[in-house]
Formats: sequence, C-alpha cells, structure tokens
Amino acid sequence: MKYLVSITAIIATVVITTYPLVWGDDEYRFGEHSNHATTALLPTYKEECSSCHMAYPPELLPTRSWEKIMAGLEDHFGDNAELDAESQQLITDFLVKNSADQSNDYRSGRFSLSIASNNTPLRITETPYFKHEHDEIPNQMVSQNAEVTSFSQCQACHKNAESGSFDEHSVRIPGYGRWDD
Amino acid sequence: MKLFNLLIPISTLLLTPIISHAEENTVNQLLRHYTDQGALIANKKQGELLWTKKFDSQRSCSACHTNNLTAFGKHQKTGKKIKPMSPSVNAKRLSNSKKVEKWFKRNCKWTMGRECTAQEKANLIVYINQPVSVKF
Repeated sequence: MKYLVSITAIIATVVITTYPLVWGDDEYRFGEHSNHATTALLPTYKEECSSCHMAYPPELLPTRSWEKIMAGLEDHFGDNAELDAESQQLITDFLVKNSADQSNDYRSGRFSLSIASNNTPLRITETPYFKHEHDEIPNQMVSQNAEVTSFSQCQACHKNAESGSFDEHSVRIPGYGRWDD
Repeated sequence: MKLFNLLIPISTLLLTPIISHAEENTVNQLLRHYTDQGALIANKKQGELLWTKKFDSQRSCSACHTNNLTAFGKHQKTGKKIKPMSPSVNAKRLSNSKKVEKWFKRNCKWTMGRECTAQEKANLIVYINQPVSVKF
C-alpha cells in the first residue's frame, strides 16, 4: 500500500514513454528522414525509364523483381521498352545494387520483408507493404480520380516522389488536398 | 587590331551554317542509311498515311502522338505527356540518330507487331521533319 503510488507512477511513466515506440506509425517510430530513399538515380536509368512513367526508386523492389523486369522489356506491361544491350546492362546493375534486399534503407527492409521469398512482384503497388501503406485510401481518390488514375502514378500525390521522398506530410491528392491520417 | 575586331563577326558567319544545319545532318545521315538499306525516295505523304493508320487493338502513331506534330501527345496508359514531334517546335527531335532508331524499334514493334522497313522509316522521317507554321 505504501509503495502503490510510486509503483503506479513508475509503470505509468514507462507506458507513456514507450507507447509511441510500440503503437506509433512507422514515421513516428523511425523518424521522417529514415523514410527517404536516398540513392541518386543513375542518369541513364532516369533518362531511359521515365519516358512513360516516373523513374521508380530501386529500393522499392527486390533484386529478383528488377532482374525479371529488365529481362522482359519487349513486353513491359504491354509496351515495348527495349533497350540497347549496353544500357540494359548498366541499368540492371544499378537497380540490383540498390534494390530493396540490398539496400540498408529502413523502408527497403519493410518492402523486402513483406514479400514472400517465393514471390517475385513486378509491380511496387502489389507488394504487401505498399498495400498496407495505402489501404485506407478510397478508389474515388485514385482509380476514379482523373488526375491520378492509378497507384503507379506516385508523383500525382507524392509531390517529392521523383527525389525518393514519400513522407505523408508532403502528400497532396489532386482534388482532395492533404491526407489526414 | 582591325583584323582582330573582325574575327568575331567573321567566325559567327562561318559557324552559323554549321549550327543551323546540325539537325539536318542527322536527318540526312538517317535518310542515307535507309537508302543504303534499300529505301527509294522518302515520301512525306506515305509517312503521313503510316502515322495515322490504325493497326490491331486500335494502335497507331497518332494514338499517342496525335495527328498534330506540333502538339503534346500523351501515353495511352500512363497519361505521361509526350513532347511534340516536330523539330520546328522541339529542337531535340531528330537530332540523335541513336534515339531515333531506339524509338523506331520499340514503337514500330508495338504498333505494327514488326520493325519498320527502311522505306517506312524514311517516309516517317520526312513527314516528321516537314517545316510547320505554328499558329499563335
């Protein structure tokens, strides 16, 4: 009885201080800055792979996915994206070296670990981590939104996507504004 | 001293033809290359017909690039803006033969299911390269 108040105070302090670490969202737990993909894009990659869509950061897919994509450029999601052999090799090497399972970036780890080892996703948007991060967003704001159309258009809402930053606070959904979690 | 003063105007005059024809050199290079591969005289009208022709699955050059070479086009799936094709409004077009060949290979294969013949490429080049008066 004598120590009840002190013990309660200690427990309360411990719970309050560790609550964010245990129940907070990723950004809060690990800090905004660790959400940034930091690899500078290889100029050849940026040039050859952003003619039709933004040049996706290599950290968002594992090695096996990039290798598969680069080996099948003749039918790249329905388009022909063939490259000369030299560029193809250069780009493949760059993507593999900076892929989700080879990068030390915190977010790469989340992507990488969320994918079953016997699965080779070709789309960033079909990885479990991506889906988890976007599971609260209604279709109305994406597929039914003429200014966005698809989750593959990261840059439509993530204003700093092209420099590898996807933090929630810089999200502006066209026609809707900021995303309030 | 007097001669030195003339150096800049003279060199500018001498260099101008080289600079303004830089683009033409790539075009001529390509056309010569296609002639070597068996193409006859490049035909602008045939180029236009090929540009607008619809292939399987409604594919055509104009589907993404539009019929207006001075206008922005749009990727049919991603919606990404495509800069105008005419060198008259977009100086980078037809200035790099490696890039021209890259796009011919991809886009002919995707649109028609096969590579363009040398004749078709020559026709397309002269169609795209035609001088266009832009209305403001």
